[in-house]
Amino acid sequence: MNLLADFYAKHSRLIDQIGINAILALSLSVSLQAGQLALAQAAFMGIAAYVSTILALNAHWPLLATIVAAVLASTAVAAILAYPVRRLRGVFLAIATIGFGEIVRVFANNLSITGGAEGISGIPNDATTPVIYGALALVALVLFGLSRTKFALAVALVREDEYAARGVGVDVGAVRTAALALGGAIAGLGGALYAHASFFITPTDFGFPRMESILVWCVVGGVTSPVGAVLGAALLSVLPEAIRFLADYREVTNGIILLAVILFAPGGLASLWQRRGAAAAAAAARTA
Amino acid sequence: MIAQQLLNGLFLGAVYALFAVGYTLVFGVLDILNLAHAAIFTAAAFAAFSLSAAGMPLPAAFLLAAVMAGIIGILLDRVAFAPLRARNAGTLVPLISSIGVAIIIGAVLRGIYGVDERHFTTGGLDTAPALHAGPVTFTTVELTIFLSAIALMVVLSWILRSTALGRRIRAVAEDRVAAALLGVDLERTIAATFFIASALGGAAGVLTGLEYNSVTLDMGGPIELKGLAVIILGGMGSVTGAVVGGFILGAVETFAIAYGLSEWRDAILFGVMFALLVARPTGLFGKRALRAA
Repeated sequence: MNLLADFYAKHSRLIDQIGINAILALSLSVSLQAGQLALAQAAFMGIAAYVSTILALNAHWPLLATIVAAVLASTAVAAILAYPVRRLRGVFLAIATIGFGEIVRVFANNLSITGGAEGISGIPNDATTPVIYGALALVALVLFGLSRTKFALAVALVREDEYAARGVGVDVGAVRTAALALGGAIAGLGGALYAHASFFITPTDFGFPRMESILVWCVVGGVTSPVGAVLGAALLSVLPEAIRFLADYREVTNGIILLAVILFAPGGLASLWQRRGAAAAAAAARTA
Repeated sequence: MIAQQLLNGLFLGAVYALFAVGYTLVFGVLDILNLAHAAIFTAAAFAAFSLSAAGMPLPAAFLLAAVMAGIIGILLDRVAFAPLRARNAGTLVPLISSIGVAIIIGAVLRGIYGVDERHFTTGGLDTAPALHAGPVTFTTVELTIFLSAIALMVVLSWILRSTALGRRIRAVAEDRVAAALLGVDLERTIAATFFIASALGGAAGVLTGLEYNSVTLDMGGPIELKGLAVIILGGMGSVTGAVVGGFILGAVETFAIAYGLSEWRDAILFGVMFALLVARPTGLFGKRALRAA
């Protein structure tokens, strides 16, 4: 037990980061599952981080209330963003949402309420490990629950064949909006927790490099199940810490892992597991 | 005042255009967004810095760094794009694999150079005298950078219009399958495209490093995203559009700074890009239909 306590004391920051990164990866996996490469997650995260920080510091709201308000804000922004981009597909959607993210960053950089380029410091560190992992469990539960509904079927159909989806009466626009809004909500949750687990936030915390990291976690883990996104975020958050001896070169491994997964395991690491599971089941069925 | 701003805009725009031309060339030929373009831009700037620090004259360091960037481009294609082409992975997966290469290049540069800013110490960049021509002032360094960028774009235009390689590249861009049926060696043409695009991106990196006499790990970040806006403005895949877009961006930026709007200029730039994507996704010069992914 002491060993466990020591381990936690030493690595609690990293453990918290993994939980938050997993939530962020899950948020992107929702829109990826609907076949949309919408790259505004870091912006949703930033909007929520600023909303919850400002409410906590200026209005002295309790943690839970700031998180709820932040998630509502990021969900609303995501749902509104869905309207102008409704006809964009593929790289054009990716570029438009990258542009949206940059606009949000410029605003954070120049408004006085966000503290400009210096950001805001002195945020209470009240997003503790149980709070973060409770939130992660909640998100996983909601996504798991959703995966057994007609909504999940509609999402999968929109991903595989939009015209067929229209043909069987799926409201493609509504599904895309819902997927983007749900992703925005989850990213907002991650962003609010991020703010309350850091001492300060600045606009660069929510720029394109952050968006790239979230995308990489998702792709490495695999987006077909929530397990994949969590796995990817955990692995790629721990690895650079585990190989500190490589000093400045250590990010190389994340790039190599990303390439290796895309080339040799296109469904992500989680799919390897599933494939092995399926193969084992098939083998078991044959021998039975 | 206005003449000076226009001139500054031209100088800045030439480098943006050079970067965007390579960015859009890969898109025009392969339909993929190469997010490693900015990493190659940075790598070339560091290579030119090291070569000149080792005593090589700047023009030679510039050309050699551009060639090295071109070779990195060919490797990029072999590692991140060619295997995906072979299995028809679509246009989004290559975008992600190019991020993988960008991460690797960035980490290697960080390992070699650390996070400190580097300056060119040879070539007299800091002591270049200012020249006066009528109402405008500029340095020989600025003029040389501008003329180098223009020269490279003229060479590219000549290659694309008047050589056998250019005809092959245009054929592959138009219709890859038909080009292959007519005997075009796809893989060699694509490799040549990557060499040209990356060499131009690398040249833009060296020129940017010289322009500010500063080479840093994150120098590619702003131009990567602004370059996106430029190629959307010009129409993705349109080389002419990228050149025009680059000059427009250069002019808009210098005027925004001159009139005290510099904090908001990026929001305006990306706002225009967003609006254009939503209203006219093919850009000002693009003729392509909006494709489904």
